[in-house]
Amino acid sequence: MGCSTSGSIMAEVTSNNTQSIELGESLNRRAWLRFRQNLPAMVASVFLISLIVIAICWPFVSGLGNQHSDAQFHAPSAQYWFGTDVHGRDLFGRVLAGARISLLVGLVGALVSLVIGVFWGATAGLLGGNWDNWMMRTVDILYSLPSIIFVIVIITTLEGLIQGWVESIFGGDGSETARHILLYAGLGAVSWLTMARIVRGQVLALREQQFVEASRSLGLGTWPILWRHILPNVFGVVIVYLTLTLPAVVLYESFLSYLGLGIQPPHASLGSLIAEGAAQINPVRVYWWMILFPAGGLAALLMALNFIGDGLRDVFDPKSTKES
Amino acid sequence: MLVPLVLVISFIAFCLVRVAPGGPFDKERAPASPDIERNLKAKYHLDDPLWKQYLRFIGIGYEGGLIRGDFGPSLKYRNHSVNDIIAQGLPVSLLLGLVSFGFSLGVGIPIGIWTALRRGRWQDHLGSFISILAVCIPAFVLGPILIVLVGIKWPIFPVGLWGGPWHVILPAVTLGTYFAGKVARLTREGMSQAMQQDFITTARAKGVSEKSIVFRHALREGILPVVTYSGPLLADLMVGSFVVENLFQIPGVGVFLVNSSINRDYTMVVGLVILYSVLLLTLNLVVDVIYGVLDKRVNYG
Repeated sequence: MGCSTSGSIMAEVTSNNTQSIELGESLNRRAWLRFRQNLPAMVASVFLISLIVIAICWPFVSGLGNQHSDAQFHAPSAQYWFGTDVHGRDLFGRVLAGARISLLVGLVGALVSLVIGVFWGATAGLLGGNWDNWMMRTVDILYSLPSIIFVIVIITTLEGLIQGWVESIFGGDGSETARHILLYAGLGAVSWLTMARIVRGQVLALREQQFVEASRSLGLGTWPILWRHILPNVFGVVIVYLTLTLPAVVLYESFLSYLGLGIQPPHASLGSLIAEGAAQINPVRVYWWMILFPAGGLAALLMALNFIGDGLRDVFDPKSTKES
Repeated sequence: MLVPLVLVISFIAFCLVRVAPGGPFDKERAPASPDIERNLKAKYHLDDPLWKQYLRFIGIGYEGGLIRGDFGPSLKYRNHSVNDIIAQGLPVSLLLGLVSFGFSLGVGIPIGIWTALRRGRWQDHLGSFISILAVCIPAFVLGPILIVLVGIKWPIFPVGLWGGPWHVILPAVTLGTYFAGKVARLTREGMSQAMQQDFITTARAKGVSEKSIVFRHALREGILPVVTYSGPLLADLMVGSFVVENLFQIPGVGVFLVNSSINRDYTMVVGLVILYSVLLLTLNLVVDVIYGVLDKRVNYG
């Protein structure tokens, strides 16, 4: 990063004058120091890390498990912290399991979008000219299309097809694997547009820099330049937008699961848990815990992810305007 | 630009629904004898080669078809054409979307301006917290909670059914809250930047009143991020409407998309995909024009 080289030069200059300032602070260290001062982002990070740890460990600690029991629709109590659902399952464990799946799908989906977005944006920025024009025009068009509708159609239509493939390759029941593959691919495929724009902008700026010119004059080809010299410099910004894509993908996943197109029972995602709770609404009795806890869990998770993403952006990419 | 794009979309959607296993008549009540199924297929021309079916759908060399604005018959609701169903549901969905859009602008922009003017003070922190909270509460989270609270516990608003302005409020608030938060965040960014510009200092120096500075000078530029973002915003609004229509049992178009896609109602899926695409593309065009009016630097030469 241009910033880091100028920083180390400055550190060298000052170290000639005064011996005491020997440490040239790395960019990452400075970023961490600034991130640490952002209280909401720090609280969100602690919350997220503890949530992940608890969600992973809980099945081994809890004695309640995911079995059906006779304790149908128990209100929250000392034994069932979040109450129980229609099959008498412990809702606390279900919410944690849902959070785990939502995070997993969010992470993989965001990574898929990262791969597509970085590839697309970097290629467009590096090739330039007509290629750049057409590739970014395509992104503009995709921006103005209802992409999630295509995801809905793709999930419902291709599910049987993918399931058949999975079963013929691995054997056994492939329906769950098929759903996961479709979710990852579909959500990744609709979330890469912003990433592509950002990466292209960065690459356009970077390729005019002298170190790129130098490697080109030494006879390096387009792809090695991209891979070895440009992409490492885009890394910071890419990480920031990856964390900002995460909550969006988690939101889409729960939306699809809410509609019954995502994670299938008996497995739970936060979206399908909310749908289960909403299905139990009736004027006679309200099982409020079945809505409140999954909904609160999703809101808290999204909020934590948003705060962390905003905090990282302020640190790594201070010039950018919000919400691009 | 619009026409070739719609053709491409129709082609992709048409191919997608056809590669899916299963057909529209799989789940018929009476176990259809092969004869019945063959007759049904013949009636809807599903036994033709695919390219012929596509040409028939587009309307090249046949009567009706897409180029004459005819989406063909629904394969599931067999007494209705796709056009009938859209004609019934679309006004409802549009009304819901319009009211929610108005709600999100009406709530989001004032909060955004307010937090931008009080930047760094407690009003800013409170307003920003509320708007980030709103962004983290999607419609399918807020909806059930609102139904339980103001629909069942304290029955202020009617839940479900459709009719009368009273029925619009709860679904519109459910759908609009998320976007109000987004709009508030965007307005805050835009206004904060606009208030630091030179022309604001000039206006101050000339003795323009603070109210006039905010609403006549700064707002014009501060609102631009919202306008830029309204394309994706409208798309998300559309998506949210599926959930809200499902939740409040509203007879809109959104409900049909998921169902017909599962039921392999070929014509219906393709018709709805095209409908939504055209709707969104048109809205984006409108947004571009508005942007040009607001920001004179943009030149569509």
